[in-house]
Amino acid sequence: MSEQAPDKPKKKRLTRRELERRRILVRSIAAGAVAVGASLVGWYPVGARVFDRLRPPGAIPEDEFLAACIKCGQCVQVCPVEAIVLGDGDEGYGLGVPYIDARKQACDFSCDATQCVLACPTGALSHDISKKEEVDIGFARLSRPDSCLAMKGLGFTGQVQGPDFEGLLRYEEIDRWTPIPVRDHPYDLELCDLCVRECPIENAISLEPMSDDPDETRFMPVVHDACVGCGTCEMMCPTAPASIVIDTELALKRQEGEA
Amino acid sequence: MSFKWYLHKQAMMFGAAPRRPSNEEETDAARELKKHQKTPEETQIRKEKIAHELEYPVVNRKWKYARWLSIMIINAMFIVSFSWDVQLVEGAMTASRFLGFHMADPTAALQVTLAYKDLMLNLLIGTVTVIIVWWFFGGRAFCSWACPYHLLAEWAESIHLALAKRGWVKDHPFHRGMRVVLWVLFMALAYLTSYTVFEYINPVGIVSRALIYGPTLALMWVAFLLSFEIFFSRRFWCRYACPMGLTYGVLGTAAPVQIKYELDKCVHEGECRTVCLVPHVLDITKMGYAQDAEEYIAPDCTRCGLCVDACPQGALSFSLRGLDKMI
Repeated sequence: MSEQAPDKPKKKRLTRRELERRRILVRSIAAGAVAVGASLVGWYPVGARVFDRLRPPGAIPEDEFLAACIKCGQCVQVCPVEAIVLGDGDEGYGLGVPYIDARKQACDFSCDATQCVLACPTGALSHDISKKEEVDIGFARLSRPDSCLAMKGLGFTGQVQGPDFEGLLRYEEIDRWTPIPVRDHPYDLELCDLCVRECPIENAISLEPMSDDPDETRFMPVVHDACVGCGTCEMMCPTAPASIVIDTELALKRQEGEA
Repeated sequence: MSFKWYLHKQAMMFGAAPRRPSNEEETDAARELKKHQKTPEETQIRKEKIAHELEYPVVNRKWKYARWLSIMIINAMFIVSFSWDVQLVEGAMTASRFLGFHMADPTAALQVTLAYKDLMLNLLIGTVTVIIVWWFFGGRAFCSWACPYHLLAEWAESIHLALAKRGWVKDHPFHRGMRVVLWVLFMALAYLTSYTVFEYINPVGIVSRALIYGPTLALMWVAFLLSFEIFFSRRFWCRYACPMGLTYGVLGTAAPVQIKYELDKCVHEGECRTVCLVPHVLDITKMGYAQDAEEYIAPDCTRCGLCVDACPQGALSFSLRGLDKMI
């Protein structure tokens, strides 16, 4: 960046020392610009909403959440099912920010609600909530009704998401305190009702017959207002991909825009 | 100590070049000692001492290994707390709970406060706790005794030095004022964008989280910084860029734990300045540059102890401000 300078020995004013000083200055400005530039790269993924993450219980609205989170992962550490993971560099300013991938591991409230909120050292996970019913991660939606087993009147036998699935779920009837691997708890259901059966929130989802016919064998999962978006239905849906997913606030807005 | 000289030492932390004390700044004791050191007999003695040093080099790594152990233990406590669930220090370097007490990195906390535009009580408590702890040891002691990136950078530095010795790489210095500009810019960006912009490139947070929660793609940035330090500029990030270092430096200005310099023991051969991360603080060890017969070195010092290890004459030592006079 300063190669032309040594070719002018006539300029007596510029001693070696001054030349070096100038080089240092130019170098420093360039390096500073690179550092700031690199830090601004992180803006793109959040500005363009490349990722649409489910945030942990109690999370304040997305933009405020990214501001208030100090990226320490204390919420990750207290979660008994390790549902919370931290974002990577490709998420821009979402780097080190916690999210939940419900299909892999849903928040099943094994901690009896909102340990993550209590762990948060800032207000990013709002302390205003204390019960699981008050959580608002998102909202469940029957995204693939065509593949839903209940809507075809079918049952389900076997392990949810197969023998290699590592997800955990707390089964109150087996162990009130400790969640176990879902693969260790195979099912044999005449009619698949897993999304309703394993939902940790009361009156959040129910199966409704598809017609008035009293002999109707096909049922549709209907999500009610009580749904908190914990994602247990998404994790426990035996179809691949899941027939029911959790929409974030952003996803709901996008659908409204499209509709 | 003259107030002007005190301000000069502060100013060095913000990028000012080191300089010789003026006649008014220099104490009588220092003047006397310097005069004494210039006598032919003393010059002869000093020459002999330096010749002896060159013939029998002292290799002392006490403080270096103590520090490496400290960094490793502190970071291992974070790792173990999560992986073994022993709840010693939960969280990461940016914020944590030490046995239940909130701890928060002041730079990260300030960014969050500026971005979120609200003062959060837990964060304030955590920040104050951290400030008190690191104020005692001298702010930047965080850098050399706790920061996980510092250890990686120290290893990168030894690679850089080995390569430089063979003439394969050359150190390209930067202006230390860059760190101040970056600090201001990143805080302004946090406020203006409402994102903790600096945390995106903060190698301390990235390394700390990677150690605790597993490797991430973000480590590529850290690898880039380390290779930049190996091949282009010795200790680039810690010396010229890191805003965290500046925050801690300012917070630890009036710290009890100090590095004391004793002019009468010094032979001015400059061993200390070759090992120092922030050599401008050791400019007072140059012949004729001391301001007082005994002096604490400037606040940009990380209390790493490399100079204490390096000095064959024992002219530099760890000291508790005020206490050494009482004993």
